[in-house]
Amino acid sequence: MLIKKICTSAIVLATLSLITFASLADEVNVYSFRQPFLIEPIMQEFTKQTGIKVNILFAKKGLIERVKREGELSPADLVLTTDISRLMKLNNLNLTQAVDSKVLTANIPSQYRDPKQHWFALTTRVRNIYSSSERVGPANITYQDLASPEFKGKICTRSGKHPYNVSLVASVIAHQGEASAKVWLEGLKANLARKPQGNDRAQVKAVKDGLCDYALGNNYYLGKMLADPKQVPWAQAVNINFPNQKTTGAHVNVSGVVLAKYAPNKSNAIKLMEFLSDDLAQQIYAEVNYEYPVKESVPASKLVASWGDFKADQLPLAEIAKQHKAAIKLLDEVKFDL
Amino acid sequence: MISNFNFYKLLPWAVTLLLILPIIALIFNAFSIDNSGTFQHLIDTVLLTYSLNTLFLILGVVSLSFIFALPVAWFVACCEFPSRTILQWALMLPLALPPYIVAIVYTDLLDFSGPVQQFLRSLMGWQQISDYYFPDIRSLLGAILILSLTLYPYLYLLLRSAFLGQSGALFQAARSLGLSPLAAFFRVSLPLSRSAIAVGLSLIAMESLGDFATVNYFAVSTLTTAVYDTWLELGSLTTAAKISSLMLLALVVLITLENYSRRKQKIYQRSGATHTELRFVLRGWKKWGALLFSWSLLIGAFILPLLTLFYYALSYFSESLNARLWQYTLNSFWLAIIVAGLALVIALIVNFYQRLSPGILAKSCIRLSSLGYAVPGTVVAIAVLIPFTNIDLLLNQLLVEFGFSRVGLLFSGTLFILVIAYLVRFSAIAVGSIDSSLAQVSPSLDLASRSLGQNAAQTIRRVNLPLIKKGMLSATILVFIEAMKELPTALLLRPFNFETLATYVYQFVSDEMIEFAALPALLIVLMGLLPFIIVNRLLENAT
Repeated sequence: MLIKKICTSAIVLATLSLITFASLADEVNVYSFRQPFLIEPIMQEFTKQTGIKVNILFAKKGLIERVKREGELSPADLVLTTDISRLMKLNNLNLTQAVDSKVLTANIPSQYRDPKQHWFALTTRVRNIYSSSERVGPANITYQDLASPEFKGKICTRSGKHPYNVSLVASVIAHQGEASAKVWLEGLKANLARKPQGNDRAQVKAVKDGLCDYALGNNYYLGKMLADPKQVPWAQAVNINFPNQKTTGAHVNVSGVVLAKYAPNKSNAIKLMEFLSDDLAQQIYAEVNYEYPVKESVPASKLVASWGDFKADQLPLAEIAKQHKAAIKLLDEVKFDL
Repeated sequence: MISNFNFYKLLPWAVTLLLILPIIALIFNAFSIDNSGTFQHLIDTVLLTYSLNTLFLILGVVSLSFIFALPVAWFVACCEFPSRTILQWALMLPLALPPYIVAIVYTDLLDFSGPVQQFLRSLMGWQQISDYYFPDIRSLLGAILILSLTLYPYLYLLLRSAFLGQSGALFQAARSLGLSPLAAFFRVSLPLSRSAIAVGLSLIAMESLGDFATVNYFAVSTLTTAVYDTWLELGSLTTAAKISSLMLLALVVLITLENYSRRKQKIYQRSGATHTELRFVLRGWKKWGALLFSWSLLIGAFILPLLTLFYYALSYFSESLNARLWQYTLNSFWLAIIVAGLALVIALIVNFYQRLSPGILAKSCIRLSSLGYAVPGTVVAIAVLIPFTNIDLLLNQLLVEFGFSRVGLLFSGTLFILVIAYLVRFSAIAVGSIDSSLAQVSPSLDLASRSLGQNAAQTIRRVNLPLIKKGMLSATILVFIEAMKELPTALLLRPFNFETLATYVYQFVSDEMIEFAALPALLIVLMGLLPFIIVNRLLENAT
């Protein structure tokens, strides 16, 4: 009875899926680490302009494993993700293919795409240091300062294992070597006001609550908090500072896209990639999520622009991504999250 | 006849194989060669802390759930006091709340800017964080508390029915031999319920072992954290599989030991007066004590989180109400119904296998089919992908060889794999409940039926199944509720454009925007409660 049931349901489901997957030719399939509220409006615009239907699967963990397991049968055309390490990982696992597109090369500055055209950044974001506007005011500060004894018990951050922090640690390793990075990380850990927890917004809230004076956080969270009535007071309790302005420059990470190696709808997928790098999508990224567009002619949102220009770390992203595993291991070694 | 015989022996193993195929794939990976040194790195750095955290978490949740569940199960099953009839079903309700939602609600209530501390500050005139001490909810203790509050109903459910099924005469005999009620409880009722306690606590232990969302939210690193880190960040499936396998091994050893230690106990329901007819009437401080304990538990585990969700949902109602909610509710509902039905069938198959041919083989069938419950959702998801993507790749290759066109990911790209993953995770619950309700049906009934000329199938249909009707219903409902709440496997394995209520809730919760998630979260609870209340009504009217 059970076997019968399973067989019947399998056949029914399979037929259904065949209808959805195989018969619609004018579509494109996206695996997205990025959130629906941001991606959906962009995709709607794309469908409106081109008539191509976009199927999306959103998840924050494991999508790379899924593509890998699915192999040459994978329905995924594009993978959208944040963090350079994930883009490079897709590339290193041989799950991507090169895209030769004049639109992409014209829209995306060379430091924000793979020289071999396997990955393309779509937006950039800064890992800022927020400071309490009440107790500190605007601060001229470096990531390295956060490890010095005068900041003891004053710093809040999310889990060290979160990709944003891992990449920051990786960039410090890339700049000053593992041994020196370890000393820095130990100092930072010793200065934490509490065990790493919550997300970047929760750290700003902690500053408002007086738990700490400084918090690590990406730039766009400030914009998002100002857009949520409940969180406006949190946002107003902090100043946003661009770190390392007199030294190496602020750590900048990216969100980006790759074309899957076995993409079944390749030409549609490239159309979507080009669309994502172009004016309209870039504007949505800037306005909805307060990220910096990669396309230079598209301005940042008014709010983001009001924070002023800044000096960005000039180290190539690929160099930082190379230190990803070393960074995770370092975080374990100093027991950062424990 | 002969073919029938083979079928009934083969079927349970086929079912078990289906459920442990992913776990076999995982263990297989654990033994492959890995030169990355990741495992050694973990041993050198954080593995000890992770293991201890895991151990304390499980011990803590198991003990606290026991402390919560035992008294209330006894009160509602064997005592008479005001509001007992409400409490007996209401105390199961916390099951419908996803633990990570409860975790967020409590964090919002109890952290520095939450209402509790605000109230304390305004009351005591404290200004800032350094003026006073307040325990941090985001800690191991917080995680133990929240998991116990949401998981104790498993034990409560099994204990209550164990107490209800026990002969009241035994208890009365113990009393007449001079034992105080308390002593009689500890020396008669409790030992008689040992099987229910064992099953309930192992379900709770497995669920805690598999939890990621709650402990992660509370910033507690457990072995599950290590599995995620090594697999998804360091890219070492081997190490992740090793840790998962070790966790499973430890669990299997524990459960086997427990089973072994009561190998000689066989307890079956006898005829005669049950507790239902011989309830103690609680009076005086005992009455107030029972009321206070039961209602505090219910308020803490269910009413307070629910009211908070209501408050959020109302204040963000227009933002969170949209047309797609209905579709997501239907998706969740059908998925949960299918999974619950199949899990029940699986549970009956393996349990009757044990009933008809008891022994080590049947026992292992039961244990093995339950293993998946202890594996964290995302790990199950990827583990399920391993065999089924391979089957798909093979199938497509064959089709091409024979000149057909490819069919794509027939199994792993459709809802099929989601259903399988849910079954791997949740069959344990159904298997456990059927196991414990079947354990109460004396085999002498089977023998009587067989001696009256009924064959095995007829005995099952006409004797056993009617006697475990309640167990079957609760098994189905429990799996249904779990499936409604399930997040990580749904997130990763669902087909394109497919949302369940849980994945929809997660969109907001992952960004700590609980207010927007409150309405769909309430729908999860409501959907879990409806069948539950209906069935409870039916059962109460029937008896």
